[in-house]
Amino acid sequence: MNLPISRRNLLIGIPYTWLMLFFLIPFVIVMSISLSDPVIAIPPYSPVLSTNDGLAGVWNYLTQLDFENFAIVLEDDVYLSSYLNSVQMALTTTLLCLLLGYPIAYAIASSPMHWKTRFIMAINLTFWCSFLIRIYAWIVLLGNQGVVNNILLSLGVIDSPIQMLNTDFAVYLGLVYAYLPLMIFPVYATLEKLDNSVYEASRDLGCSHIESFFRVTLPLSRPGMLAGAFLVFVPVTGEYIVPSLLGNASTPVIGRVLWNEFFSNGDWPLAASISVLLMLVLVLPIVLYQFFSNRNEEK
Amino acid sequence: MLALSEAPAVGSETSTPWTNAQATPLVEIRSVSKQYGDFTAIGDLSLKIYPGEFFALLGPSGCGKSTLLRMLAGFETPTAGEILLNGEDMVPMPPEKRPVNMMFQSYALFPHLTLEQNIAFGLKRMKLPKGEIDSRVEEMLQLVQMTTQAKRKPHQISGGQRQRIALARSLARRPKMLLLDEPMGALDKKLRRETQLELMDIQHRLGTTFVIVTHDQEEAMTVASRIAIMDHGKLMQVAPPIDTYETPASRYVAEFVGDTNIFTGSVTAAGSSALDFTLEVSGQSLNALPQPGIAAPDARYLNVRPEKMAVSKDRVDDGSNYLRGRIDEVAYLGNLSTYYVDVGLDQRVLVQMTNSQRFGSERFAEDDNVWVSWYPQDGQLLDR
Repeated sequence: MNLPISRRNLLIGIPYTWLMLFFLIPFVIVMSISLSDPVIAIPPYSPVLSTNDGLAGVWNYLTQLDFENFAIVLEDDVYLSSYLNSVQMALTTTLLCLLLGYPIAYAIASSPMHWKTRFIMAINLTFWCSFLIRIYAWIVLLGNQGVVNNILLSLGVIDSPIQMLNTDFAVYLGLVYAYLPLMIFPVYATLEKLDNSVYEASRDLGCSHIESFFRVTLPLSRPGMLAGAFLVFVPVTGEYIVPSLLGNASTPVIGRVLWNEFFSNGDWPLAASISVLLMLVLVLPIVLYQFFSNRNEEK
Repeated sequence: MLALSEAPAVGSETSTPWTNAQATPLVEIRSVSKQYGDFTAIGDLSLKIYPGEFFALLGPSGCGKSTLLRMLAGFETPTAGEILLNGEDMVPMPPEKRPVNMMFQSYALFPHLTLEQNIAFGLKRMKLPKGEIDSRVEEMLQLVQMTTQAKRKPHQISGGQRQRIALARSLARRPKMLLLDEPMGALDKKLRRETQLELMDIQHRLGTTFVIVTHDQEEAMTVASRIAIMDHGKLMQVAPPIDTYETPASRYVAEFVGDTNIFTGSVTAAGSSALDFTLEVSGQSLNALPQPGIAAPDARYLNVRPEKMAVSKDRVDDGSNYLRGRIDEVAYLGNLSTYYVDVGLDQRVLVQMTNSQRFGSERFAEDDNVWVSWYPQDGQLLDR
């Protein structure tokens, strides 16, 4: 496109303004809070930047910032193990979503055209109901007096209710249930775009149907799997609702710890430093991935 | 480069096995049909293809030629009938088990593999020793003159180069028969012509049977030893290029292969060596020769190719057929001049004359009153 410079700047300016307003500025605020000290006041941290004293005031503000909160987070085992729990939870959920979502995406992509739209619509339907309500529904289903236990009891399969709620099982069930569509959509989009003649070529060149899948279809759907993995991994790492409602308090996850620091303890600076570190945990793999995939492209 | 194999002389018995009842076909298609619900893609089609042939399936889109090719590859199963390869029924065999390879219209190269790995793909499935695979890949890269690009990926080369790699990949397994689905559809005209000649050269050197699907009649005429002209799932004619042009089996074939003039009428007087063909529209009588295989009363059309006709100012009494007319339009093409002549029938007559001399050739202009003529032996009677 050959737009005049001013119009081009305007076009590029829109996403930059958005990022600036809703990402960079909030991040700077959170970062600055993470470097302050907690106090009992409004706002509950100090120092607070004031523009009344001019440059001297800004300098005075900056000298009072320190990394004390980061030291606390990094030194206390509770935080470290919460991070590890969260990353482990996110990795397991991503893997489960991949194992379950790929076959579903594959089935949708290989079904006749009029069925495809129906399947996609059906998966979309789940989003019509609030996330929170859908997770609450699992409490009703999984509780000791819940639907599942009642059915099993009445059928005589079990004598006493099985403890399902507040277990890791319930957490993973809830997470996979909630995040599966985010894996299915990108994988489906990649599979849908694959040229069927590439599959036929592999058959023609001596592959059975199954061999064709592993040698051609699977490697070619890698971009969709990676996109799906990021879409699931990133939000699940910071997930707070599912572990709180369905999980077990003895395995703290970082989302819950963050909530506690912020709302229960009122320690905004510590909560802010936890979230800054959480962001690092999430951004690092993405940066590494982009670096390596760019290098591969150049080869 | 591969050693040049001895080419059979044109016109000898070995180069025209279809004329020899004893010759064994490589592929025999026996009353094959393919139905998609109510739609008949292929209707009761029988065909023999002989070893070493360069066989073309020609027809408009939707005529069933691609379906037939995909049946040979194993991607479509006939609703009825048999496909024999060396006498063995191929229909129950999945594509990967057939000693046949296909070159796809989209080339279908594996984007995640290098060119080398693309060619080696089929060889690895044959469980050949590594040394053998390497030497065959090298041989194929040489065959298509792509040795220097071996380590690149498909998206890093041009369309013409992708076409070569697709050819190399499909030939690497040394198939008994190579199927080519519109292999030159994506190339520009000049590259297409070069590639046609190269393809013929490769086919000649390897001696592999090639079956090509194309909708371009010029391409089919250039490369093929025989052409099957298809329409609506049926074979209209199977013959060498020269016969499809000079002795088309029907009006459909005559009009599909090249340009032509078709006059409608009937035979009114038949002698043993000449007959009178009376035009339906004007009642004019034209001289024609009896056509072997067509009984005089059945003849309905007279087919005359434009380059067999001439335009002249004067009529000479030399036994030619003459039609009086006025030039409607002239198209000067350089090597040829095309005249559209109104001869008072419900159609314009198309005449093509070679500009064999720079300035000496007689040329005509629009609205000139002229004679259109042709020798009786250059007209062909058709019954359908």
